Amino acid sequence: MKRLSAFAGATALALTLASLPAAAQTEIHWWHAMTGGNNDVVNKLAADFNASQKDYKVTATFKGSYPDTMNAGIAAFRAGNAPHIMQVFEVGTATMMAAKGAVKPVQVMMKEAGEKFDPNAYLPAIVGYYSTAKGEMLSFPFNSSSAVLWYNRDAFKKAGLDPAKPPKTWPEVFDYAKKLKASGYATCGFSNAWTTWLLIEQFNSWHNQPIGTKANGLDGFDTVLKFNTPLQVKLIQALADLQKDKTYDYSGRTNTGEGRFTSGECPIFLTSSAFYGTVKSNAKFDFAAAPMPYFPDVQGAPQNSIIGGASLWVMGGKKPEEYKGVAKFFTFLSDTDRQVGLHIASGYLPITKAAYEKVKGQGFYKENPDRETPLLELTNKTPTENSRGLRFGNLVQIRDMWAEELEAAFNGSKTAKAAMDAAVERGNAELRKFERTVR
Amino acid sequence: MRKVGFNNKLLPYILIAPQLAVTIVFFYWPASQAVWQSFLIQDAFGTATEFVWLENYETLFKDPSYFNALVVTVVFSTAVAALSLGVALLLAVQADKHIHGAGPYKTLLMWPYAVAPAVAGVLWLFMFQPSLGVLAKQLRGMGVDWNPLLNGTHAMILCIIAATWKQISYNFLFFLAGLQSIPKSLIEAAAIDGAGPTRRFWTVIFPLLSPTAFFLLVVNVVYVFFETFGIIDAVTHGGPAKATETLVFKVFQDGRLGGDLGGSAAQSVILMFMVIALTAIQFKYIERKVHY
Repeated sequence: MKRLSAFAGATALALTLASLPAAAQTEIHWWHAMTGGNNDVVNKLAADFNASQKDYKVTATFKGSYPDTMNAGIAAFRAGNAPHIMQVFEVGTATMMAAKGAVKPVQVMMKEAGEKFDPNAYLPAIVGYYSTAKGEMLSFPFNSSSAVLWYNRDAFKKAGLDPAKPPKTWPEVFDYAKKLKASGYATCGFSNAWTTWLLIEQFNSWHNQPIGTKANGLDGFDTVLKFNTPLQVKLIQALADLQKDKTYDYSGRTNTGEGRFTSGECPIFLTSSAFYGTVKSNAKFDFAAAPMPYFPDVQGAPQNSIIGGASLWVMGGKKPEEYKGVAKFFTFLSDTDRQVGLHIASGYLPITKAAYEKVKGQGFYKENPDRETPLLELTNKTPTENSRGLRFGNLVQIRDMWAEELEAAFNGSKTAKAAMDAAVERGNAELRKFERTVR
Repeated sequence: MRKVGFNNKLLPYILIAPQLAVTIVFFYWPASQAVWQSFLIQDAFGTATEFVWLENYETLFKDPSYFNALVVTVVFSTAVAALSLGVALLLAVQADKHIHGAGPYKTLLMWPYAVAPAVAGVLWLFMFQPSLGVLAKQLRGMGVDWNPLLNGTHAMILCIIAATWKQISYNFLFFLAGLQSIPKSLIEAAAIDGAGPTRRFWTVIFPLLSPTAFFLLVVNVVYVFFETFGIIDAVTHGGPAKATETLVFKVFQDGRLGGDLGGSAAQSVILMFMVIALTAIQFKYIERKVHY
């Protein structure tokens, strides 16, 4: 009984305490799509921000998968009830920026709110993806990753390959995979996840080749796809040929096939650097991450990789004091120590130069070289107009079309050339459709 | 004979009003919205709208992949409806016999209906996942190069199994109820007349079961046309290379995932008319053979 009344008293006290500042607080709603450990990270960020000041209260709400969150935000906007901050995956970038009035560019918002903001403090390879052609930041990068080549060091030893020398080029990858296959990895020499992101988007950026005109769409919605080049066809045809005896074995469009690496089935696997946490906790073998392979006969390759992940969009039509709160929250997120902590804990990349330098200075990458691989790829060279990122409308559908054509090439129902021509043609039709809706 | 009637002219309308309201709110209103949306081209946020008459339909009919989806739908629907009705009937006939443990057997057969389509999809996906699945390993052991990720036929088989499995329980329940309502005396009389089990089934039981079978046929067609996108989304995502992209999955894909509301609405309007036509045909031609 005593315990009960003490509990009731504590509850009453907590309620009073909680309700007291609420009257004066401005509430900021943040919708996100983070699950598992990353969900905890989001909640902790909100809690830390709320504890750090008392004028604003950030409420983080999980809204399901990336498409679910985006759809929920769009539906809420149509009903005049949008959240302040919405986490949107990178493929939704064009859709978001085209919606005039629905979103507020981050850089504009920061300026209007009078918050100190230096665009040069951020890593160009990351913010470039979410900026206009002129370099104005549109959305705030939240969780970013890049693509790396994961390999099983134990498997390399078994096949008589040197684990300290991962394959650098595509011909080497093919060669290694054949040797690995011969040494017992019969069902899969190498494979990849996120098929279109890896084999088309990253591939072309890494080789400094355009995916589409107008700087891959960054300079305008009248962009035209043109990646059906001999180089692209060479890669896809090589993979299709290797698919026949499973030296290469296709693992699906998304990352559901990543388990084939951690289970030990596929000794070489191209996927996101954010795969790190899963590999570390599940792989029962020694592993490492190497940079993506390239074709050595392409001049200037490797260039730099691009990012994947999601950013935070600020929705339009809110009150100035609410924007002030959002701006303060973004400053809070950009804090060097916070970025350092986030990067080390979550496996995602730091977004500011200062945070990257600090982690480097602490010697973290000496002990965890795999964690620096994606950063080295992103900063390998100054991004060109082929490697700053891509911005295509209806990219969700376009990626599916590309994946369908890649699958047709891999299962032999089309040649690589025919498949890539179709991928470009169908993608262009979709781009023109999108262009009409944004006029 | 005395004519029975109500003097109150308003009463019949009041009595059917709730039913009408439900139909209007849940069918006519959303359906009319879909028709209206199908004439528009709009960005996802609804900030820019253009009225384009029938252009969304024109685009669809010019798109070869739409006809591919149509063919896939015909194959998928026919297979799922035939299999789920056939298997359910067989199971129901067996469960209707006097056997030990009929109760648990019946309960277990009804269970899968409580499973959500997406979960059913994931369940089968796991069993047939090329590198980890229990059943896929067996198939590979038998020398079948099982690969639904690249082999369209394998992917289709997987979707059909998952969609059928889920619907069998429902059909089973209705078939069983139908079988139990057939008077035993009729069957016994047929037996005395010398009809064997097979003959008894086709000449006595099946005709008496035909109203149930007809009802289930209609329900199953609606099920495969409208409710299976969750399964396809979870199992194959319409792939490989469109091999399992049905009409309803395309609606889901283009509208929900892609934000192309006009095109998606046009597809769902076409789909709606297709199902209305199919149901009408069923009522006109098949119902004649049904004995109530």
